Amino acid sequence: MAQELLKLENIYKNFGNVKVLKDVNIKINKGEVVALIGDNGAGKSTLIKVITGVHSPNSGKVFFKNEEVQIKSVAQSRKMGIEAVYQERALCDQQELFRNIFAGREITNSFGFLDIKKQRKEAEKILRDYIGFTSKAITVDSQVMGLSGGEKQGVAFGRSLYFNSDLIVLDEPTMGLSIQETEKVLNFVKGLKNENKSAIFIDHNIIHVYGAADRFIILDRGEVVGEFNKEEISREELVQKMIQLHESGKIKVED
Amino acid sequence: MSNLLNSYFVKTHKLEISITIIAIVLFLIYFLGAPHVFTRFPIYRAFMQSMPFFGIIAISATFVVTLGEIDLSFPSIVGITSLIFGMVMTSTDGNVFIAFILATSLGMFAGLVNGLLVTKIGIPSIVATIGTLFFWRGLVNVISQGSGIAIVDVADGTWHHMIFVEKLFGKIPMQFIWFIVLTGLMQWVYRYHKFGNHIHFVGDNKASAQMMGINVDNVKIIAFVQLGFFSALAGIFTMYEMLYFWPTQGEGLMLTTLAAVFVGGTSVFGGKGTIFGTFIGVLIIGSLESGIVALGLSGFYVKFINGLMITVAVTVYALIQRRKN
Repeated sequence: MAQELLKLENIYKNFGNVKVLKDVNIKINKGEVVALIGDNGAGKSTLIKVITGVHSPNSGKVFFKNEEVQIKSVAQSRKMGIEAVYQERALCDQQELFRNIFAGREITNSFGFLDIKKQRKEAEKILRDYIGFTSKAITVDSQVMGLSGGEKQGVAFGRSLYFNSDLIVLDEPTMGLSIQETEKVLNFVKGLKNENKSAIFIDHNIIHVYGAADRFIILDRGEVVGEFNKEEISREELVQKMIQLHESGKIKVED
Repeated sequence: MSNLLNSYFVKTHKLEISITIIAIVLFLIYFLGAPHVFTRFPIYRAFMQSMPFFGIIAISATFVVTLGEIDLSFPSIVGITSLIFGMVMTSTDGNVFIAFILATSLGMFAGLVNGLLVTKIGIPSIVATIGTLFFWRGLVNVISQGSGIAIVDVADGTWHHMIFVEKLFGKIPMQFIWFIVLTGLMQWVYRYHKFGNHIHFVGDNKASAQMMGINVDNVKIIAFVQLGFFSALAGIFTMYEMLYFWPTQGEGLMLTTLAAVFVGGTSVFGGKGTIFGTFIGVLIIGSLESGIVALGLSGFYVKFINGLMITVAVTVYALIQRRKN
């Protein structure tokens, strides 16, 4: 029996009158990569923002490591071991890499002053050991502005590994990346399993998703409309289901 | 030479170096054009005496500008806090502790109001602070009924007068010493404190900062509150120098102060800035009027050259920024 890491029960989220999430129930086990798929506006981003503490749900329960929790802030979700890697918005462009890596959880003394030396040293370690940057053009003092999309994504991944999180949330990690960079990102996601880490993965590209994930959760207009393990469904069938959903607004689930 | 130009320090301090060179050139022009004035000490004493009043606010405003926000209300915060300082001083027979605490608390409260309007209500800072600019000045007029307050009897010749504005060794105005110390302290906070770090991230990209776990609203509110505090402090310094409160106190500060921040190289778009640059900006803006007059040009040129400096400086910085992107 797989160990359960995160469970969401009956999650509802409204923005004003708009019901973005309706009675969502999902579960993620340790060492499992789960893909959230669905059209634009299906509620994927909102759902992961509930998990990372950017939004609070209007109702419903969240369990993490079998304990009920209320995730009220990003800082809190990070402390629990949930780390988000957001496409593009993961980093601030004009700030140095070492500041970006530690933004929001700076290494400080008790007066709140930064330990710049330590931050730079640790950032150096992340660049070298976790990301494998060898280019001399990129140092911990580089501004993020000069980095390619893949490099930025690499920094965001390195950061999540360094902080030793249990659950990594990936929001469109391959969007706008070159083929090679995409390959790297997907390998990274597969590599998480070996370390018994879990991930939630949003991507529009079903081919990418199919290769990297163990389980697929299909969202449509705020509801979970289908859930498949990889061994239950082939890539073609998954694509078919999505097309079917798109056309009819329904999914046929065989039992 | 090319080694020097490519060094890490030069690369990361382009703005600071450019602004310093501009200031040196400007002072060279003064020096060569009006040696009879600029080879003697009194002009520098006059600078040291007058610059800190807007300089302290400019340093503090750099935090708000780095956020990509603006505060136009500080001239009126100077007004209302100076009024309270004068009233409390005269009514308590010169109890500087009570007067100082009440005036700076009111300054922080005014900053808090700005911060809440911007973050919780969601009014753009330029609009919100135009509102509070009129509000606090209006309150000054209502309370003071247009009259000034003399604090000469309770402040002149006291120990507090000495530590605020008297001359160190008979030469250096104390307010300048305070200005230097505060600049150093604020530079440290700006670059090396968590708060300064968060200011940069929020100014750079609010949404990213939020997702990285930075409390965007709190950072903004604290920035406005500290500007309220330093506005009050600048008002108190002015009161000690003049020994008098007048109802329009602070009104001339707005343009010189913001000009110093922008000429200093802090980005109008947020996310990047420099306290040192603002300090040099204060030296430039604060010296223009005397410099221009000493050079033999009429006073009518002052605003014109001021305007030219500001426009050219912000254009150059915007171009540097654009090239980078």
